[in-house]
Amino acid sequence: MSGVPRVVLVDDHGLFRSGVRAELGRQVEVVGEADDVQPAIDLIASVRPDVVLLDVHLPGGGGQDVIEAIKPVCPEVRFLALSASDAPEDVIAVIRAGARGYVTKTISTLELTDAIRRVAAGDAVFSHRLAGFVLDAFAASPAPGSVKPSFDPELDQLTSREREVLRLIAQGYTYKEIARELYISVKTVESHVSSVLRKLQLSSRHQLTRWAAERRLT
Amino acid sequence: MMGSVEDPARWQRGPDPWGHWHRGPFWLRNRGNGGPLRRDPSERLAGGVAAGVAAWKGINVTTVRIVFVLIALISGGFCVPFYVVGWLLIPAAGEDTSIGSRARSDAAGIALAAGLASLLAFVLFVGGVFNDGWIASWAWPQTVTVAGLALIWRNASPDEQATLRRLVEPLGAAGPSRPGRPGRRSVIRLTIAGLLVLGGASWLARGRESMALLRPLGGVVLVIAGIVLLLGPWWLRIARDLVLERQAKVRAEERADISARVHDSVLQTLALIQRRADDPQKVVWLARMQERELRSWLFEGRAPGEPESETTFAGGVRQIQQDVEARYGVPVEAVMVGDCELNENLNALLAAAREATVNAAKWSGASVISLFAEVEPDSVSLVVRDRGQGFDPSAVPKDRKGLAESVHGRMARRGGTADVVSADGEGTKVTLKMPRPATATAAASAPGGRPPEGRP
Repeated sequence: MSGVPRVVLVDDHGLFRSGVRAELGRQVEVVGEADDVQPAIDLIASVRPDVVLLDVHLPGGGGQDVIEAIKPVCPEVRFLALSASDAPEDVIAVIRAGARGYVTKTISTLELTDAIRRVAAGDAVFSHRLAGFVLDAFAASPAPGSVKPSFDPELDQLTSREREVLRLIAQGYTYKEIARELYISVKTVESHVSSVLRKLQLSSRHQLTRWAAERRLT
Repeated sequence: MMGSVEDPARWQRGPDPWGHWHRGPFWLRNRGNGGPLRRDPSERLAGGVAAGVAAWKGINVTTVRIVFVLIALISGGFCVPFYVVGWLLIPAAGEDTSIGSRARSDAAGIALAAGLASLLAFVLFVGGVFNDGWIASWAWPQTVTVAGLALIWRNASPDEQATLRRLVEPLGAAGPSRPGRPGRRSVIRLTIAGLLVLGGASWLARGRESMALLRPLGGVVLVIAGIVLLLGPWWLRIARDLVLERQAKVRAEERADISARVHDSVLQTLALIQRRADDPQKVVWLARMQERELRSWLFEGRAPGEPESETTFAGGVRQIQQDVEARYGVPVEAVMVGDCELNENLNALLAAAREATVNAAKWSGASVISLFAEVEPDSVSLVVRDRGQGFDPSAVPKDRKGLAESVHGRMARRGGTADVVSADGEGTKVTLKMPRPATATAAASAPGGRPPEGRP
């Protein structure tokens, strides 16, 4: 990646797209906009951006449909989910489809730019809301038999360090603040978050699979 | 048709229900108005035809009514349709067109009227086969009545429709009750009908020696089957059209409800925001208030302003968030992990958290306050954090009650802990932790507990 990240905006609200485009200004290069699933797939496949800012809800389906269609074609494109949604299942479904993070639409411009850079660099971006969702999803100890035999039981639970990091994110700490609080480097924080993301995407935990299944049914 | 219907308009002109200002014999009310015949809705019991005739000819309206009823009784019901036709064709006073002329362009109404009339005719035909014909002779003209009433129903002005509804109400109570609510009455009705059918069928089956009697019955059944085959689809279509129409009405009402709600809250707030455009903090505050209100209406089905009493911990945290935002205008970001029922310990925890949050809103100067609540099997923790100016906890005089009593004291009395970390210019973090009794742990560790609450 050289220079500023190239970004595609996918959101069905024109007002929101133009607002984000104006806010991002020179920080990133907005190379295209789309307002629905199919136009988004066509656009992303042709312009091959670094990052796609993807609305969780689109008129023609969910954001995960876009990710699932793009992944086999251009795996190098990274997705950052963006939503006003309150429903964890929507967000988790998009993350499990392959998005590298989730931020809410009320995020400040500075934080959004930062999140885009982070995703473009291959890191994961967890907003305080997403951290809460994840803690909740991994918090309850699953009832026996509700979890499919996993090929890797490690995936089904968070380490105490990862939990710690997520808690601090949920309290609104930045990665730098977390690093200072836990006496670790920012790189280590990032690797913890990436590891959580991997577990989130691959775990066969009951809640996660159920959330994903419900989304696919609707 | 002439039943006693409360019509407030009748009583407004004076205490004398018999008409007014009558000079001479009571049946002469006034001189005729000399104008064209018009129905008089202000004096009506049903369609205002009698009142119209009375006004037209200058006769007392009650006299006209008695004459109408007598004619209806003497003619054996044959003249009732004329009343309905009169209702249809005579324009109401103050209107140019009659209901009939409006009904001409109402294709669905005409189809409905024809359908109802043919249905009644069919029922009468079947009834006539078994009966001596007395009911039939009385009831046949009512096919016209029914068709006429259907047209009036669909094309009359709203207040006339209301009158009609009141007239039909007693019939409706005997008929099928509202769908989805099988009342005791309809159960009784269905039971009686079922018993009758069963009894009739068993009686027919037992009387084997009267097989000869069954032959014409077979013919009747064939005729009925034929008619049902011929007209059945048409009746079905009419019924379906009616259902569709009703659904459309329900949708329109829902739409009106939503637009009223949007107008009351969202549009008002947007107007306020435009007027306060020069005060960013106020704008943010307004937007957040509106967002929260709209979300609780959309996703939790709670109408704005509806009193709520929280019974769960997450609900209590949300309450703190709302109250502090509303009172101090500082955004509060709340993230909740897990949930459980409230108890006294948790109420104390919430009270301490509220105090800490209010302190942060009042003194820290931070632009946003973070609330993080986590329910774990053996404890409940809550972190209130801001990035404001902070303070030196050791420098706080011992007699300052806020932190010592409201936060530390509350927690300590219930076996919990409060930890305050703050430094000048580095913000404040208050960590509250309350152990949970062992009995309460089962509920919290159930898989797939409540999804986390909070706001984006």
